[in-house]
Order: sequence, then C-alpha cells, then structure tokens
Amino acid sequence: MNEFCVELRDVVKRFPTPEGSEVFAVDHVTMQIKNGEFFSMLGPSGCGKTTSLRMVAGFEWPTVGEVYIEGEAMGRRPPYLRPVNTVFQSYALFPHMSVAENVAYGLEMEKTPKYEIKRRVGEILEMVKLSGMERRKPRQLSGGQQQRVALARALVKHPKVLLLDEPLGALDLKLRKEMQLELKALQQEVGITFVYVTHDQEEALTMSDRIAVMDHGRVLQIGAPVEIYERPNSRFVADFIGETNFLSGEARAIEEDRVTVYIPSLKDELVGAKAAPVNVGDQVVVSMRPEKIRLASDRALPQNCFSGIVLNTAYIGSDTRVIVDLGGAPLAVWEQNKISTLDPEAYYAPGEQVWVVVLPENALVLQDV
Amino acid sequence: MNPHRRSPLVIVSTVLVYFFLYAPVVVLFLFAFNSSKTNVLFEGFITQVGPTEIVSGNVIRSPCGAFHWFCELARNVEVRNAARNTLTIAFVSTITSTIIGTLAAIALQRYSFRLKTFSEVSLYIPIVIPEIVMGIGILVLFSQLFTLLNNTLSLSGDSQLTLGLGTVIVSHIAFSIPFVTLVVRARLHGFDKAIEEASMDLGANEIITFWRVTLPSIMPGVLSGALLAFTLSLDDFVITFFTTGPGASTLPIYVYGLLRRIVTPQVNALSAVWISIVLVVVFFTQRLQSRQM
Ligand SMILES: Nc1ncnc2c1ncn2[C@@H]1O[C@H](COP(=O)(O)OP(=O)(O)OP(=O)(O)O)[C@@H](O)[C@H]1O
Ligand SMILES: [Mg+2]
Repeated sequence: MNEFCVELRDVVKRFPTPEGSEVFAVDHVTMQIKNGEFFSMLGPSGCGKTTSLRMVAGFEWPTVGEVYIEGEAMGRRPPYLRPVNTVFQSYALFPHMSVAENVAYGLEMEKTPKYEIKRRVGEILEMVKLSGMERRKPRQLSGGQQQRVALARALVKHPKVLLLDEPLGALDLKLRKEMQLELKALQQEVGITFVYVTHDQEEALTMSDRIAVMDHGRVLQIGAPVEIYERPNSRFVADFIGETNFLSGEARAIEEDRVTVYIPSLKDELVGAKAAPVNVGDQVVVSMRPEKIRLASDRALPQNCFSGIVLNTAYIGSDTRVIVDLGGAPLAVWEQNKISTLDPEAYYAPGEQVWVVVLPENALVLQDV
Repeated sequence: MNPHRRSPLVIVSTVLVYFFLYAPVVVLFLFAFNSSKTNVLFEGFITQVGPTEIVSGNVIRSPCGAFHWFCELARNVEVRNAARNTLTIAFVSTITSTIIGTLAAIALQRYSFRLKTFSEVSLYIPIVIPEIVMGIGILVLFSQLFTLLNNTLSLSGDSQLTLGLGTVIVSHIAFSIPFVTLVVRARLHGFDKAIEEASMDLGANEIITFWRVTLPSIMPGVLSGALLAFTLSLDDFVITFFTTGPGASTLPIYVYGLLRRIVTPQVNALSAVWISIVLVVVFFTQRLQSRQM
C-alpha cells in the first residue's frame, strides 16, 4: 500500500477573472496526506482551501501539477471514478429523496445488491444516530441532522478518503463543539483518512493530526497542532493561530538558536529563539504568546526584562488578562490565577508599574514579511 | 373603526370580477341544455325522452332527454375529427416543446457563451409580439418554403408539401418553447448546483445525474411548463388559423366556422365538454404539483 493516501504535487490552479486577468486560487501547493490521518487545511477566506479540496474530489482540474490518490495520478479523471467522497458545506442533500434514499444512492451507483444496501444504510444511520428517520425528507430535518445525513451518505461508500468542506460551518456553536468531538471519534472508529477544510483555528487544533496553514493559495506550514502553535515558521502563522504579541526589530547577533534583537520601541535588546531562517541585519519580528509572558514587580532578570505600565485588566476566572503599555505599544499578558484570594493586591491595577519578563525560548524570532 | 371591516368598494369589485369571469361560463353551460334550436333565448330544458320531435324550432322530445345536444355532438363526425386533430397537435407539440424548452432553460442557466444575452432576449420576443404577426409570418415562411421545395424537387399531386397538421404542430411547438423555458428557468433559479456535484461524487455519471437528480428536482417547473404549453395549444386560434390546411381543422377553428353559419346549442355543448376537460386537467396538475416538494 502506498504511504500517502492523497498527494498534491506542486499544484497550481488559475481561474480567469471577468476582467480578463487570472487569479491564482492555488499557487504551487504540495501536500502529502498519510493513511488514516485527520488532516486539516486551515486558512482565511479565499486562501484556496475549497479549490484544493475540489481538485482532490475531481470537480476541478489542476492548471499545473498533479493530484495522486493512493499513488495513482488522477489527471482529468471525473469525480465518479475517484475513490473519494465529499461532505459539502451546504450538505447538498437530494431534496426529492428520503434520508434512506439519499444514503442508498451511492451504493446503487455501485450496483450493490438490494439486501446489502438495506443492511449498510441501516448500519450507517445507526452510527450517525439517525435510526428511525429513514423516511423523512431532508427539509424535515434540523441542520445538525442534515449534516449527519451528508456524512452517512459519503461514509456508506467506504471511501479511501473523506473530504469535508467546512462541514460544521452552518451549525451553532454548541452543536458545533459536540459535532467536533463526534466527528473525531467517528474518524477513529472507521479509520478513514479525513481531509478537513476549516477557517476555525480552534477546530483545526482540537481535531487534527496534522494541519496545513494556507494563505493566498500557498501552504505556509504543515505540522501537528503543537508544532503549528509552538513553532510557527512565519509571522502569518503565528498571528493566525491563537493570540500573540509582535515586537519589530533588527537582528543584531545570532548564536546557535538564539537571536539577539534590537527593539527600537524599547531602546533595548531582547534575546529570542530562532524559529525561522534569519541573518544578522535582517528586519525581524518577535512573537510572544500572552500566556508565556510573566509580570514581575521588580527587575527579575538581567536581560529580557522590560519596564511597562498596566493599561487595563480583565478578570476572567482562570486568568487575569492584562494589557501593558510597553514602549508605547500595548502588550497582552495572561496571568494564571494560581492562588485563590480576594486580596486586590494579588491582581494588577491600571497605572501600576510592572516588569515584563519573557524567557528566550518563549520569544520566537521570525522574518518580518 | 374596525380595521377588519371590508370597504364596500372591495366587496363590489370582488363580486364584479367573479361575475365577469364566471357568468359567461354559467350561461354557456345553461344554453347547452336549451330546447331552442336557434339558441337566441333560453326556452327551457328538453324534458321528454323518446324519439326526436321538433315543433317550430323547439326540441320537445329527444332520446337523450336534456342532453340532446351532447348526443348530437357525439354523432357529429366533423367534431370528432376536429377534436382528434386538436388533441394530436396538443400532445405532440407539448411533449416536443417541453423537452426543447427545458433543455434550453438548463443551457441558459448553466453555461455562459457568446451571444447569451442575445439568445435569451430573442427567445422571449415571440411572447410579446402580437400573435397575428407571428401567424402571418409563419404562413409566409411556410408557403415560400413549400413553393421553393415543391419546385426544386418537382413534387406534384399528393406528394406536394402543403399546409396541414404538420405545419400546425411545428408552429405550436415554436410558440410554446419560450413559455416552457420561462417557467423552467424560474424553477432553476434557486437550483443548488452542489447536488449535481454530490451525485457525481457518489458515483453517478453526467447522464444518470441528469435523470436522477437534476430532472426530478426541477420537475414541478417542467410540469407547469408542459401544462401551459398544452393549454396554449388547445385553445390557440390565430396561429392555427394561418397554418392549418384542408382536413386539419381544430376545435377552435371548427367552432368559429359554425358560428358564422348558425349558433346551435351544439356549440355550447362542445364548449361545456371542453371546459370540463380543461378544468379536470388543471385540477389534477395542481394536485400533483402541490404533492411534490
Ligand atoms: N470558479 C471560480 N472562478 C473564479 N475564481 C474562483 C473560482 N473558485 C474560486 N475562485 C477564487 O479562488 C480563490 C480561492 O477560492 P476558494 O474557494 O478555494 O477559497 P476558500 O479558501 O475555500 O475560502 P472560504 O473560506 O471563503 O471558503 C478566491 O480568490 C476565489 O475568488
Ligand atoms: Mg471554501
């Protein structure tokens, strides 16, 4: 068996625009998706996620490059000859067919015997908790139930790969969270490779084995959620995933994986971790996650310690979220409330002078682009 | 003041609308049972059953009783021919124009091509131009074409191309297509293309997708279009008048011919039957449509 279930090799997709020029929906994308993996494509609106997925499904053909499924080049093979199935964002259920007919459709196309269709439809509907709704029409179902029908209809065919285009996009927050867990559990149960498109970073982080972060048709970084969050390789990824603070500066010295950066707004130097290729003299940014910065009442360390003034604070139970004025720019710091107390002294108050401390390994030095 | 009280104006106009819509139909039905042959005044029903007896233009007795004129109608060979022609034309032109019109609607919805706006507009122009202009135009076209063909192929006698059932059918197909396209396009407007993609994703090729997904979901529109084409064809007079030929008379043409001679209650009986059939057809189509979707 091939190591990669789905592979995009240097794929480009250009669309003509009405003005006569061309738009690069997908721009030299290479991705290798492993068997049984929950793989997410994450990025802002218009970054080319749907287009990439549609090229795997066969609804679009690459302008340049090639899509491989199970090691086989797909070329211009139509969707009905590819071993993949799709869950559409709009569900795209057949309105004139009942739930059971919708689910049976794909099996009928394979000329599966009647009794076998009946058995498999029953099984899959039980799996997605829709038993008893076989005879309903899609319009008689709630959004969440329609979503499950769409899932069942695709899964019943036992595809090699299931493609999901923002399948939870139309659901409310609570149902969405529930479905995230269910979907992940389902994927582990059936062991099918999932390629999942979302623009919700939290969703991608909680569900995926690996994530491809995309922007403007390009893949910026591919990695496990922890790699993407803890070691973003670019300013865009650091910014898009989770919250972070940026300080701009110039790389002054590089020693193994430590970079000394001069920060003009602080008129001081900061030592950070080299998270992307940088050279001495480059314009760089330092990315610091708010939960990885400490506040202190006096100068705790000889370096990476900067004086600031508390602008405002928000107590949110587990954390106190503090905004510090650091060299004229606001800096977000999340202090965990580790001690249970009502003493106002234990929390920070606006106007207070504080020291901001950041360990070098928590200050990631990235190219400023 | 009670906001729910209806103004007298509304009531009066409602009554008037219904009166002018349905009074003619009621009168028409009533006169189909008239005992008077000349059918100028309503002289009462035919009450006695037995061998036909006519006294000074009034039917006193008939084997069919009150339904005398319907029986006369049934015996009338010309009416039967005209009815057969009308239905043949209506069925053939409805089926053909529904197929062409639906395909045109799908093409206009799905593809963008050069001259698309032009072809859309030119498709709908026949709806707005006066029927008589269309009729004359088609007549001129056919006669020119036939003359040309008859001469070049040196056809003579029975093999000559002439106006008749064929020409009526062709012209009915032509004027029905825009209506079908219009109705089907309205239905296609909210059509989710993703369901066709879903079908192909699940293993159906383009043809199966069309039959099992596309067509069923636009079927109500197609049926409406077909019904419209059918009724338009059934009661068309003007275009048929110009394109018909010997032996290809339709009911509207036949009735018109009768009216120019004498108005016997047979005409009313014919119209009554006709209206009843149309009502039944419309009723069932409505039922069918409200059941789907
Ligand atoms: N059929 C098309 N014709 C022309 N341009 C297209 C077409 N499909 C997509 N595009 C363009 O390609 C780019 C990428 O689109 P795509 O739908 O892949 O984005 P996306 O990442 O899925 O965004 P979203 O999160 O909003 O769904 C966009 O700029 C879009 O306008
Ligand atoms: Mg999309």
